[in-house]
Amino acid sequence: MHVTLHIWRQAGPATRGGFVRYDVKDLSSDMSFLEVLDVLNEQLTSRREEPVAFDHDCREGICGACGMVINGRPHGPQRATTACQLHMRHFPDGAEIWIEPWRARAFPVIKDLVVDRSAFDRIIQAGGFITARTGSAPEANSILVPKRDADLAMDAAACIGCGACVAACPNASAMLFVAAKVSHLGLLPQGQPERASRVVKMVAHMDTEGFGACTNHGECMAACPKEISIDFIARLNRDYLKATVAPRPPTEEFTGAA
Amino acid sequence: MELRAKTPGGPLEQKWERHRSEIKLVNPANKLKYHVIVVGSGLAGASAAASLAELGYNVSCFCFQDSPRRAHSIAAQGGINAAKNYQNDGDSVFRLCYDTIKGGDFRAREANVYRLAQISANIIDQCVAQGVPFAREYGGLLANRSFGGVQVSRTFYARGQTGQQLLLGAYQAMARQIGGGKVRMFPRTEMLDVVVSDGQARGVVVRDLVSGKIGVHAADAVVLATGGYANVYYLSTNAKGCNVTAIWRAHKRGAAFANPCFTQIHPTCIPPSGEHQSKLTLMSESLRNDGRIWVPTRRGDTRPPNEIPEDERDYYLERLYPSYGNLAPRDIASRRAKQVCDEGRGVGPAGNGVYLDFRDAIRRLGRRVFAERYGNLFEMYQRITGENPFEAPMRIYPAPHYTMGGLWVDYNLMSTIPGLYVIGEANFSDHGANRLGASALMQGLADGYFVLPYTIGDYLAQAKLPKVDPGQAAFRQTEAEASGRVEKLLSVNGRRSVDAFHRELGRLLWDRCGMSRNAGGLKDAIEKIRTLRQEFWEDTFVAGRGEDLNQSLEHAGRVADFMEFAELMCHDALHREESCGCHFREEYETPDGEAKRDDERFGYVAAWEFTGVGSAPVLHKEPLEFEAVRLAQRSYT
Repeated sequence: MHVTLHIWRQAGPATRGGFVRYDVKDLSSDMSFLEVLDVLNEQLTSRREEPVAFDHDCREGICGACGMVINGRPHGPQRATTACQLHMRHFPDGAEIWIEPWRARAFPVIKDLVVDRSAFDRIIQAGGFITARTGSAPEANSILVPKRDADLAMDAAACIGCGACVAACPNASAMLFVAAKVSHLGLLPQGQPERASRVVKMVAHMDTEGFGACTNHGECMAACPKEISIDFIARLNRDYLKATVAPRPPTEEFTGAA
Repeated sequence: MELRAKTPGGPLEQKWERHRSEIKLVNPANKLKYHVIVVGSGLAGASAAASLAELGYNVSCFCFQDSPRRAHSIAAQGGINAAKNYQNDGDSVFRLCYDTIKGGDFRAREANVYRLAQISANIIDQCVAQGVPFAREYGGLLANRSFGGVQVSRTFYARGQTGQQLLLGAYQAMARQIGGGKVRMFPRTEMLDVVVSDGQARGVVVRDLVSGKIGVHAADAVVLATGGYANVYYLSTNAKGCNVTAIWRAHKRGAAFANPCFTQIHPTCIPPSGEHQSKLTLMSESLRNDGRIWVPTRRGDTRPPNEIPEDERDYYLERLYPSYGNLAPRDIASRRAKQVCDEGRGVGPAGNGVYLDFRDAIRRLGRRVFAERYGNLFEMYQRITGENPFEAPMRIYPAPHYTMGGLWVDYNLMSTIPGLYVIGEANFSDHGANRLGASALMQGLADGYFVLPYTIGDYLAQAKLPKVDPGQAAFRQTEAEASGRVEKLLSVNGRRSVDAFHRELGRLLWDRCGMSRNAGGLKDAIEKIRTLRQEFWEDTFVAGRGEDLNQSLEHAGRVADFMEFAELMCHDALHREESCGCHFREEYETPDGEAKRDDERFGYVAAWEFTGVGSAPVLHKEPLEFEAVRLAQRSYT
């Protein structure tokens, strides 16, 4: 099969970008989407042009590195599928495909399809953890977790941090990402001591990074390759409300190496 | 070069306990004065960085990915072993140690493995405390599953995403320390070399992958947690970025490289579908719990699997290994798959697969329970192949997956360069010639959480560490060499792409130094690698500039190192005139086709010393002595 690609090329954060058209021929429908970009990059290299920069690593849909908007949809048209797991059999022969980077103020473009998602890491650093010093843990089976809670926590914990939710949201909100972590940890007994402070700190940091607010569009859930539910956003809102209107405000505990 | 394993004295069960009580400590106030570099942010690196920072050390952590959360540990599916004996099925520390050593075909260091088994239980405690959502029973207790090569259920898991959840636990522990200022994180930063000053590892040269700037970092000790080198085969289950660069450059600076030819070929991967294939995808070994592996009894049988009657199916693992059946260890399962395919009984369009069939288990358990257990793996298979495993069996074939070889380390996980520690898959120590399923996660976290944080203190407390700064000659010199290499890659300006060279190298190794090897093929491979390496430096082309985000350049640097490393791998495979675990030399097999070990001549770890590119490496032997484990011909029948 052959496809026509319109790919966003941008030399650097400060330069203007634009779509460039490429025709790629002799493809197999068994190829993954990123393998098509590999083929294109080989062709560009042989013409001594610079290949298209795009983040990718595991190519199994779990590391969360890949991410691009394909025909207007983050990770492309296939439900619950990252760009690396998208295969060409889902495109007709001769398809015209538009590829661009995540677009959000908090995810500045570095080059071509590569964006800077370090804001996500900083949100986790602000409070997305359970404080459990190495060596201090109690016997694992002394903490009972009802299967239902463990399963639900796992549903939330499945987030791969790819940023598709932000790219899909008209407000570029990071609510689904934050809600997934708040819910994963807040659903477990181990996460209770820091539950209130965690949600307050993570939400505050999300705001400082320049992500927008959630206005319940639900685009994030539709785009999420791990199908993380917006029910978790409701959970986050409830936790946030409880934490902020509670009579005792969360204490400012030291999060460092103590 | 001298190999001193520094295995503590005393009975096996007491070695680690005793060692921990005897090694030197750094007092809490002094810990604040030390700086440790950790390269890599996978299970081993992130857990080490977090634990060291909790103790008070200042840590700098580097990873080439855009976030430490993306290290390749994240892709581990099946689980993590621990000798908890929660299932009351007779598990114990000794049994886990024994299974691991036997699984590794008696080529691992016994004291290290015993320690690993002892620590395994603490790992589960630690991870649960961090909020890792392990699978649970209805009563709220932890659930277990069984894995290949063992007869107990000791594997803890979080659906098919155990590696992801364990890594996020370690990542979050490290994130807490980054937020607290004790860990400085450098994402999108690749290590190009290690700086050895006055015989001690005192820093690293790194390239900022966004700006292209090459710089140096100084420290009191350096920890490499940079994973395995299965990408030397080009096609493997590893992430595209996985590479040998960090440990290879350390090897060139004086760290011995142990057992490089011990590379695990995983039996259950999706077969390649064509020339375009860029990587291979693993289907978790846990599927072998409920799946039955078979091929048609007749060659060239092209009927669809569901039309092949029961008596014309050869469930070859069940036939050959009745007591372990489909749960035979990985090396054996892979070799047998290759054998039936070589006989012409392989299935699928290219004849490069065997069936992994869930029909019986789906009937037994019902589709709902089955979907709950393996749903995400089934979806993944369907996404890649377009076939539904609920309707027809999966097609699988072996693929390079994990590398047991790595930098040689002593009991304290220190390499032959003082102050250079190597943890996780990057070292060689615990898996011998074959790793059992669900043991990589265990080892990575054992090293990072519970071994290195103790042993590095012993070094720092005693080593004389003169003040160093990046302006010193050793740093400037190493930096200049790394920069020179980058410039050289950019100036070759030939005709062939880096990827084309990498593919050619990979094919060569897969054919000659893959699932089975022989002296003639290995000698030939060494010659061909030398030629290919020369061609690479004369004819490759790297587009773009050095002072920019340049993925071709990153790849070129890694392939250049693979080109050198591949030769060592073949040397090692050639010198080891025996078959053991994954290392199957066609000249040495038992009458029933199993690996034939030669403990007399090869009961040692082969640690190689670098003498120059293209010149023969020098072999150093660490004899393997077993105190509690009795050497035996491995039997899974």
